[in-house]
Amino acid sequence: MKVLVAIKRVVDYNVKVRVKSDHTGVDTANVKMSMNPFDEIAVEEAVRLKENGVATEIIAVSCGVTQCTETLRTALAIGADRAILVETALELQPLAVAKLLLAIVLKEKPDLVILGKQAIDDDCNQTGQMLAALAHMPQATFASKIELVDGRLEVSREIDGGSEVLSLQLPAIVTTDLRLNEPRFITLPNIVKAKKKTLDVTRPEDLGVDVTPRLQTLKVSEPSSRKSGIKVASVDELIVQLKTVAKVI
Amino acid sequence: MNALVIAEHDNHTLKLATLNTVSAARLCANTVDVLVMGQGCEAVAQEAAQIQGLNQVLLAQGESLAHGLAENVAEQVLALAREYTHVLFASSAQGKNVAPRLAALLDVAQLSDISHVVDPNTFERSIYAGNAVSTVLASDPIKVITVRTTGFDATPEGAGPCPIKAVQAVADQGLSRFIRQEVAKSDRPELAGAKIIVSGGRAMGSAEKFNDVLIPLADKLGAALGASRAAVDAGYAPNDWQVGQTGKIVAPDLYVAVGISGAIQHLAGMKDSKVIVAINKDAEAPIFSVADFSLEADLFSAVPELVAKL
Repeated sequence: MKVLVAIKRVVDYNVKVRVKSDHTGVDTANVKMSMNPFDEIAVEEAVRLKENGVATEIIAVSCGVTQCTETLRTALAIGADRAILVETALELQPLAVAKLLLAIVLKEKPDLVILGKQAIDDDCNQTGQMLAALAHMPQATFASKIELVDGRLEVSREIDGGSEVLSLQLPAIVTTDLRLNEPRFITLPNIVKAKKKTLDVTRPEDLGVDVTPRLQTLKVSEPSSRKSGIKVASVDELIVQLKTVAKVI
Repeated sequence: MNALVIAEHDNHTLKLATLNTVSAARLCANTVDVLVMGQGCEAVAQEAAQIQGLNQVLLAQGESLAHGLAENVAEQVLALAREYTHVLFASSAQGKNVAPRLAALLDVAQLSDISHVVDPNTFERSIYAGNAVSTVLASDPIKVITVRTTGFDATPEGAGPCPIKAVQAVADQGLSRFIRQEVAKSDRPELAGAKIIVSGGRAMGSAEKFNDVLIPLADKLGAALGASRAAVDAGYAPNDWQVGQTGKIVAPDLYVAVGISGAIQHLAGMKDSKVIVAINKDAEAPIFSVADFSLEADLFSAVPELVAKL
């Protein structure tokens, strides 16, 4: 089974971003960038499928600026076999990324595409579902377990109040949730090995995809901040405050 | 401007999130319809018909829609969507699953988790775990939106019922099959709509202690239970209790954070709560910076004391 994994380069999980003073966006200059955490889970899952003899080849794909090659090298170090960068400096919104991925899917014909459920920068949670629609493939979002059963993919997925199990025909699209796996640490020998793996670069115009943004960001502002609270010295004082001042219990 | 709101339900009862979504829809359009999709869900349609200010409820029933499979549900909405300028879903597991699929089928952008309607084409939404708010203008003819329910008051029910119109259910797309569902039965309020939430973090130490310490407090307060990502990762609490950037966004009247340090990703999910109480023994915990009432104490003595004295 051929597996395609889509990954995104985002501001690192631990960075607290600042809104630019001109309100055009957040300041990403000199900020640490990393692979989106849910995409790391996606790569890990693909590698585990290969280690278990289910997957035969893993292709990592990223869309964006030249520096995404670093993120792709990380995916290769985790265990992807080769990588494709769809290089552009233009702003890419989820629908455009889904169309770029569709072009790659039509070319590579994977049996399974795994994506993170959500990127932690724009917090959209859209690309996997959009790709599934464009490719007319079944989707299982928010996956916590995936298994190949009689040529179909059985996926446990997180839903409000619990979980459900779906059976998808292949090829299929899966997006990852937290409990799917815990990504491994990358070892130095694997980083060295990753440097020798193939990384192809293509461009949206080579793929014939129009990536013009459909949404225009008018401004980006600071969220309203809470006014500072008070310290209470004891449980008794807390109860008094909640009952008489806040009146919430 | 015509809006279509996708009802959130379990084939038996209408989920409250639908009422908040209708409120957002009324800010976008003067005519609002609600679409109920499922099987054996007439009661849901009847309940939806009592929401104030609706034009009509559309009811699509069939085997293909019984389990909310995204492929079939998106196709069903697609069959109706071109009559509308706005299609709105609650930003729930189901809404997030279907809305982008629909948007791609319509070749339009999707707006995720909007918290404010500036005008029918302009919306506010949080980005970067709530560290920034983006105001976006959508130019596509149909806006496909998921609604952060905490951003909008619920539209009241109790109107003279609006008409219910049956629509043809789409055929099964044959792409996926439902196998089973495991939904925990609980008498507690739903996390997403609860008035009071008691939430635990990594400092709870184990699943047993999480339950032993927090369940009595939640019972006493009639509260829903929540958890930080750290607590979920450690296996102390189920995934759907997770409050935060990648879990649920909540805004109850009272949020009690117990043993939660307050990573930005967690704060993103609860900082719009009306009153926040933090109980933590680490004086430097970031949770104290958003708390209205901060109690620096060992949770294992403070919480039982609180339960005893309430």
